[in-house]
Amino acid sequence: MSKELEYLSKQFVARKLSRRHFMGRAAALGLTAAGASTMLSSAVYAQGPVKGGTIRVGLPGGSTTDSLDPATTTNSTGTMISRLWGEPLVELAPEGGLENRLAEEVSASPDAKVWTFKIRSGISFSNGQPLTADDVLATMERHAGEDTKSGALGIMRGITAMRVEGDKFIVELDTPNADLPYLMTDYHLLIQPNGGKDDPAAAIGTGPYILKEADMGVRFVAEKNPNYWGDMGHADTIEVVVINDDTARMAAIQSGQVDMVGRVPPRTAQLVARAPNINVHSTPGPGHYVFIAHCNTAPFDNNDLRMALKYGINREEMVEKILFGYGSIGNDTPINSSYPLFTEMEQRSYDPEKAKFHFDKSGHEGPILLRTSDNSFPGAPDASALFQQSLSKAGINLEIKREPNDGYWSEVWNAQPFCTSYWSGRPTQDQMYSTAYLSTADWNDTRFFNEQFDQMLLAARGELDEAKRTQIYADMGMLLHNEGGLICPMFNDFIDGTTNRVAGWVENHKGFDLMNFYAPMKMWVVG
Amino acid sequence: MPLLMKLLVQRIALGLLLLLLVSALIFWGTNILPGDVAQSILGQSATPEALANIREELGLNEPALSRYFDWLGGLAHGDLGTALTSGQDIASSLGSRLKNTLFLAFWAAVVAVPLAIFLGLLAVRYRERWPDKLISAITLASISVPEFLIGYILMYFIGVKLGWAPTVSMIHDGMTLGQKLSSIALPVAVLTMVVLAHMMRMTRAAILNVMQSAYIETAELKGLTMFTIIWRHAFPNSIAPIVNVVMLNLAYLVVGVVVVEVVFTYPGMGQYLVDHVSKRDVPVVQACGLIFAAVYIGLNMVADIVSILANPRLRHPK
Repeated sequence: MSKELEYLSKQFVARKLSRRHFMGRAAALGLTAAGASTMLSSAVYAQGPVKGGTIRVGLPGGSTTDSLDPATTTNSTGTMISRLWGEPLVELAPEGGLENRLAEEVSASPDAKVWTFKIRSGISFSNGQPLTADDVLATMERHAGEDTKSGALGIMRGITAMRVEGDKFIVELDTPNADLPYLMTDYHLLIQPNGGKDDPAAAIGTGPYILKEADMGVRFVAEKNPNYWGDMGHADTIEVVVINDDTARMAAIQSGQVDMVGRVPPRTAQLVARAPNINVHSTPGPGHYVFIAHCNTAPFDNNDLRMALKYGINREEMVEKILFGYGSIGNDTPINSSYPLFTEMEQRSYDPEKAKFHFDKSGHEGPILLRTSDNSFPGAPDASALFQQSLSKAGINLEIKREPNDGYWSEVWNAQPFCTSYWSGRPTQDQMYSTAYLSTADWNDTRFFNEQFDQMLLAARGELDEAKRTQIYADMGMLLHNEGGLICPMFNDFIDGTTNRVAGWVENHKGFDLMNFYAPMKMWVVG
Repeated sequence: MPLLMKLLVQRIALGLLLLLLVSALIFWGTNILPGDVAQSILGQSATPEALANIREELGLNEPALSRYFDWLGGLAHGDLGTALTSGQDIASSLGSRLKNTLFLAFWAAVVAVPLAIFLGLLAVRYRERWPDKLISAITLASISVPEFLIGYILMYFIGVKLGWAPTVSMIHDGMTLGQKLSSIALPVAVLTMVVLAHMMRMTRAAILNVMQSAYIETAELKGLTMFTIIWRHAFPNSIAPIVNVVMLNLAYLVVGVVVVEVVFTYPGMGQYLVDHVSKRDVPVVQACGLIFAAVYIGLNMVADIVSILANPRLRHPK
């Protein structure tokens, strides 16, 4: 049977057999549709990338107000566009860990305080200028400067000095940081000629494509960079169209106007996947939807009340009804298995009796006010209603207040004591914890002030022994799980769609959605 | 016609005064929105330092009133200013968007206006009979359904199922006129359905009103056919209310297409405005608001003037 299938898939690849025929005959041989489809794509994959053609991408997130300056990138369209023309020093590898890009070699001093990046030689920017370590230094200076607008400023803070020695770029830190290379994967930190100090929005870099047309928030066209040093970039042209409306984006892929789309709404993902020419990919990631309580504000300053809320949430129900199964349950920490050095801990589950016990013990009376809005995460008001119902079984009265989308991030999130929110996650545990759970973090949105936790975070950061680090992170996770203000019911998967016109999808790619936004550069047109 | 000139000058002066009031209203409105532009630019990834840097650079620390008058002064020199968010010149980026919106509105009007008037005449000709009822039923049904829903329905059946027209109405300079027209087929269809009923019903009502007059009876007695009576005698006399409603709908085609533009991803003024409102980019919002107001006031002025010209009694007041 397998011989026959193999023959059939070869026929398909050679275009002697239509997809419909293949599926039909594969079914006759007892293969399910999904199995046949997988077999097909692996056959196409085995044949290797095809050069040429145009890949068209439909993306949400872009806005007319965007700029091409990578320092100010905030959304998925901006991230993908800047990855077309620019490159970081190092990047997340598809299967986890890091891969070198413009840095050829990364090494640390034994105390993890001095990091050296050896810059690849013989590479040129798209304007013909050769890449040097000085360009790298200038780029980092621009993002770290006092008057910078860069979204990467926060992660540049621990750096005390930067310098160039020949083809080496050297970073010195105030405290040891074993994760520094991960920080360099940040999507803002793309190397530009002279750091982009002359023209930050020129879109000149070393990337696999050269941006030819850019209409902000509307449409972008990029053509293959003939001098690109790496192996990415199979299509001659990549066209990115911004389609913010979910229904319009799904219609665009269904009618074949685009070859891939980001952010398929979970509600309609199954319907979209039913179309014979569309593949819907679900990729687990570090993103999570949360209910956040301020640990220093009454009534949430009482840990028993927080425990009551944690026991009073039905995580499985949320994954099923809010994520439509495209996700996994959370465990009241921001970390899941997509992070390096993750340790599994005992899963907390819905228990109305324990919730009631802790609620009574807290001595709180009356309702608890939760603020939510549509844009805090997709389905947040529905999730709040589910939370209300599951809490009512424990005798706890949750009052829901709908807030307008407009201004939610400035007026409610990180300002009101209890609200819904989301986190897209970070590449490492250190970064996630330093961003939102360290006492001094700007976005400590649960007002979690715990000295022991802070000390452990700093200790882990300077620890180069992986086993010891893993243990520290496990202890920190436990602390947050038991005392934090974070109620994390679910981790959402990235859901993307591609048509059969393109091939080369990599399952479970680390990073963001659409293969960490590299999909148009790593996939190819099959016809 | 000195009287007409005086009237014209009066109307334009009033229009400008109205625009000034509108600009103040928009400025006040955008200032009471929660959040500020710096916070919106950086989104969730804002750090206090970055926020302070951006605020300083954009001049957000100055009082609102002085920012308003600065802007008004620039406007008097034809300078719309630069966008706070992207630093681009507003006039040039707005220009291409306005061109696209007018392009869509123009083709929607080319289809909708003659069709509405023709259907109105047809409805009068077959008054109270099945063609009249059918026309009314269909047009009223299409105006009652929200336009985004009509958009999605057409998108699904015509775009996805039948594949006759593209669902993403992206147009850009590299396209030929034919490609552009095919690209905007669906939004034009939606806009036509939305504005049709209003114009058709008004045409029908205005003509029916005139049909009661004695001179129509005379024309009938002369032995003219029904359609000739309507076209030659009734229609010219009912032109004022028809022009009025046509102008209102044309204005709607320009300023009211935000939803349709978003649904079909059309790069027009609507999307441009929505993006900037959500980022609190006040100069752009004001520029858009003013242009929309100018279009509205301008088209209404045209309607006034046409109805005066079309009516001898208004042309020569006692």
